[in-house]
Amino acid sequence: MNALTERFVGTDTYLCPPDLAEAVHVAATLGRPLLVKGEPGTGKTCLAEAVAEHAGLPLLRWSIKSTTKAKDGLYVYDTVARLNDARFGDRDIRDIRQYIRFGPLGEALRADQPVVLLIDEIDKADLEFPNDLLHELDRMRFTVDETGDEISAKYRPLVFLTSNNEKELPDAFLRRCVFHYIAFPDEGMLKSIVQVHHPGVAQALLDAAVKRFEDLRKVGELRKRPSTSELVDWVAALLADGLTPEALEGRLPYLGALLKHEQDIERVERGGQRQRRSPW
Amino acid sequence: MLNGFFAALRHAGLKVSLHEHLSLLEALTAGHGDCSLDRFYALARSLYVKRESDYDLYDRVFAAHFKGVELNRPLADELLSWLEDVQKRGLRPEDLAGLDPLTLDELLRKFEERLREQKERHDGGSHWIGTGGTSPFGQGGAHPTGIRVGNQGGGRSAMQVALERRFRNLRHDVVLDTRQFAVALRRLRRLADNHGADSLDVDKSIDKSAREGGEIELVFGPERGNRIKLLLLVDVGGSMDPHAQMCEELFSAAHASTHFKAFRMYAFHNCIYERLYTNMATGEGENTEDVLRTLDQDWCVLLVGDAWMHPFELTQVGGAITLSHQNRRSGLEWLQALRARCPRSVWLNPEPPRIWESTSARLVRSVFPMTPLSVDGLERAVDMLRGLRPNRPDVEAVFPAGAART
Repeated sequence: MNALTERFVGTDTYLCPPDLAEAVHVAATLGRPLLVKGEPGTGKTCLAEAVAEHAGLPLLRWSIKSTTKAKDGLYVYDTVARLNDARFGDRDIRDIRQYIRFGPLGEALRADQPVVLLIDEIDKADLEFPNDLLHELDRMRFTVDETGDEISAKYRPLVFLTSNNEKELPDAFLRRCVFHYIAFPDEGMLKSIVQVHHPGVAQALLDAAVKRFEDLRKVGELRKRPSTSELVDWVAALLADGLTPEALEGRLPYLGALLKHEQDIERVERGGQRQRRSPW
Repeated sequence: MLNGFFAALRHAGLKVSLHEHLSLLEALTAGHGDCSLDRFYALARSLYVKRESDYDLYDRVFAAHFKGVELNRPLADELLSWLEDVQKRGLRPEDLAGLDPLTLDELLRKFEERLREQKERHDGGSHWIGTGGTSPFGQGGAHPTGIRVGNQGGGRSAMQVALERRFRNLRHDVVLDTRQFAVALRRLRRLADNHGADSLDVDKSIDKSAREGGEIELVFGPERGNRIKLLLLVDVGGSMDPHAQMCEELFSAAHASTHFKAFRMYAFHNCIYERLYTNMATGEGENTEDVLRTLDQDWCVLLVGDAWMHPFELTQVGGAITLSHQNRRSGLEWLQALRARCPRSVWLNPEPPRIWESTSARLVRSVFPMTPLSVDGLERAVDMLRGLRPNRPDVEAVFPAGAART
């Protein structure tokens, strides 16, 4: 049994609900990628960090952009450097291997020890992207076409995938994943999360802050409802200012830490009144 | 028992394959076998369910399978909707004193009985399930040992979590918020890839030049980018008032989408006639003819409306409901003109499909395909616009017989 199949229960700074722990455990024992979804700011990315920290393993991070290609994660053949060397350099350009740069997935499969790989925001990429990764994630091996080297993982990395739901992922891809949706934490969990980040926070302030926060989330038609991470930041600001629970009664201080859209702030300050945006 | 659960999930419409079932068996043999029902709930869910919109379905099947709780979706959901948003009525302490406390078992039994008897919504009163009042069942009521329907919280065991149905709001067939509309609209983004003029692919050119040992090679590829233009036409006022918020959300989602090459929106009342409005109240707007003239094949049109009106409004010249306006062409002709100009068009209806059989709705459906204004419906509409589904009217042309049938 290696460090990965040991049950993850959370860390000092990451509280892990039992159903999430179960999903991590299943992914680790079956060697399947774990796909994590949830509202922004519910700790999807932090999960991979916390698991890596808990297991004492290196974390490789691959942040996906709209232009990311599946192959980039494996390796890139740096033809421009080779061209440059051919014209102006003094290196031996016959050795192609020195121009192969491995990406995060390539590194994870080459590693001499188990690693945690985070493929962040997989839904940002092209629709074909997840399908292009199927084979590599399933077999945990790939071939460098330019050199013919076949690289096969000695240790199956624990792969975390996060998605913000911008695109549907293909069924064939989903079938191979373990899936977990992080539900928005309830009041008790929210308090525990704040306490983990701010151990010194007074109970009265905590209660008041979480109460106002939850009320704020209930205001209709916010363009972006505040998330857990924003609550943690906001409490940090309250603490830094030495504010008392009474300060939270009227107009909320540091509203900008919670709401990121100007219209949202306006709406809340006007008492959650419906804003007329449209012509009717 | 596991095979039965698997079968029950499939029967309920969850897309689970044997692949996932085998994975579950593999996990159970690999050390998860001794787990409690609570852990099994999470374990099986992580393997069987791949979309949060299916969590609710899973919860219901789980609850039914492992405790024999009846799956009675339409009734239960309807019940919850009765209970939403109704004012709690005040009760005096002496009223409360007169009520008999009930034990939990009695209470549950009576709840089920009463649920079976009850046929409609009730607010107040002392017997039926509803809001306010002193019946032991419902929401916002005041019976000492009542059942609160649609309760927020408490329990943490798998059964309780499953019964609690916390993921009800993630279902795709209920309409939710701007974000979900935005995600659905984003599907339109896929439309226009690989069209248009060739352009120089700089990366590929450099790559190829390098591979050719420094001989400059130019590589051309299709231009990527969205050419989609979206026209949103929304029925406002009258019978559409209850749907105003939903329409606003659709509008704000479409408006916030940055991936359209162009986006325009107009309002109309019941049906399209000579004018399309940018401000219904002041009558500001443009002539429909002028708007149509500016549309080309790249435009996709989403019409939103309940298609609920007197058939005259569609079939007769001068049939427009607004008295100040005397239309010279019938509404149906205008709809047909729009459809002819923009074949990529779909009508979204916020009302449930069961009322789409009204004469006016059938007339509209003889021109446009109609889908419900929900996330699912919008996705279906987008697929039609993209040509992934046949985009043709739902019913045969009924014009003009509908006018006589009222």
